Amino acid sequence: MSMSTSRIARAVAAKDLRIELRSRVVTNQVLPFSGLVMVMFAFALDNDDVLQRTAGGLVWLATLFSLFILVQRTFAVETYDGALDSLRVAGVNPQGIFIGKSAALFVQLLMLESVLFIAAVVLYRVNVNGSGAVLLVTCILCATAGLAFVGTLYGGLTAGARGRETLLPLLLLPVVAPVLICATRATESAFRSGGVTVGEGWPWVAVLAVFAAVFGLGGLLSFGSLIEE
Amino acid sequence: MSANSVINFVDAVAVYNGYPALAGVTLRVERNEIVLLQGPNGAGKSTLLRACAGLMPVIRGTANVLGFDLTVDRESVRERVGLLGHQNGLFGELTIAENVSFWSTVVGASTAERTSAMERMSIDGKLAERRVSELSAGQKRRCALACLVVRRAELWLLDEPHAGLDAKGRDEIDHIVKEAVASGATVVVASHEIERAQQLATRTVSLVAGQVRDSQ
Repeated sequence: MSMSTSRIARAVAAKDLRIELRSRVVTNQVLPFSGLVMVMFAFALDNDDVLQRTAGGLVWLATLFSLFILVQRTFAVETYDGALDSLRVAGVNPQGIFIGKSAALFVQLLMLESVLFIAAVVLYRVNVNGSGAVLLVTCILCATAGLAFVGTLYGGLTAGARGRETLLPLLLLPVVAPVLICATRATESAFRSGGVTVGEGWPWVAVLAVFAAVFGLGGLLSFGSLIEE
Repeated sequence: MSANSVINFVDAVAVYNGYPALAGVTLRVERNEIVLLQGPNGAGKSTLLRACAGLMPVIRGTANVLGFDLTVDRESVRERVGLLGHQNGLFGELTIAENVSFWSTVVGASTAERTSAMERMSIDGKLAERRVSELSAGQKRRCALACLVVRRAELWLLDEPHAGLDAKGRDEIDHIVKEAVASGATVVVASHEIERAQQLATRTVSLVAGQVRDSQ
């Protein structure tokens, strides 16, 4: 990564996080929303055994729902007053924009997931041992990186489109399905739900890492073209 | 195309939403000129500015800006062009200082250049700490111009730069444009405020239905 790309990425990430700190969309809107989703799942399933077994999937499903809001928000700040156009006309390296926006999204998702996993422990009474915690943290990091890359990529693609609010979930859901599946399996292993062992979770984490690498690389190569008119 | 030509369009065609917004524009702008684009709404003024900035593809004809052939490569020219469109390109949640700082960082401008741009636009001091969302239209425009100044662009493309400004703000814009030209830049202004813009411009170009009708 060149100095210029790194400088742009840091500036974009710092700007996005500063805007989030000021607007408090994650803390005031996304967190309550995903918390409510977790509680509604608990009401709907209403069975401790089922909840413990499905806790991983429910956390990741709540994360995916929240991802749509976060991605739309992160590109709304760019398109509201034409900043994305200004970045393009200023010849700002699109790779720097992609890395910066992905990094900011990664941090916000990580904050959200931390709260959701704590909520899962409290609401669904799951527990995790030492080796399970290592698996869980690695799974969260890989899955979040994948979600941040793919979210930024598709957010850029739909940023200027009409009906982007509905278009984004339609495009994004099928693409993030592998993350949902792999992260859920790995999390079930970390929680040892349904008799699975911690060791069984690592191959799923490997797939998550490959997913993140593919979309990270794909984003670096194609983000510039995607944000063009 | 002469060595001094900054813009050289010959029969250039650009399509916007399936409609030929530029329907064969022929226009030459020389270095250090201030050219006023005038014409009714929908005449293609904004499209022409966006095409010159490399934001809109020119699908037919000749389109050279600062020596770059825009029909082949629309991206290389962008680093040398500054566009102030209808929108300001600012972030409402950030302060003036943070906005100018962000744009300075991404274009690689120095702290001295940033400070100087803010002073020139009279958006320094206490005002610099106010969030953009709390500013008047004129203050936002001045902030956007400060972000443009730090770019050190060779070609300034200004779309309705006087819109929303009071008399003092309009005078400031004119002063900044003259300063930019004095330092070697070329300026193309699209405006409905003909009298004011004509005082500023060295030449007026009339656009009608995506074509240049008159140049004097």
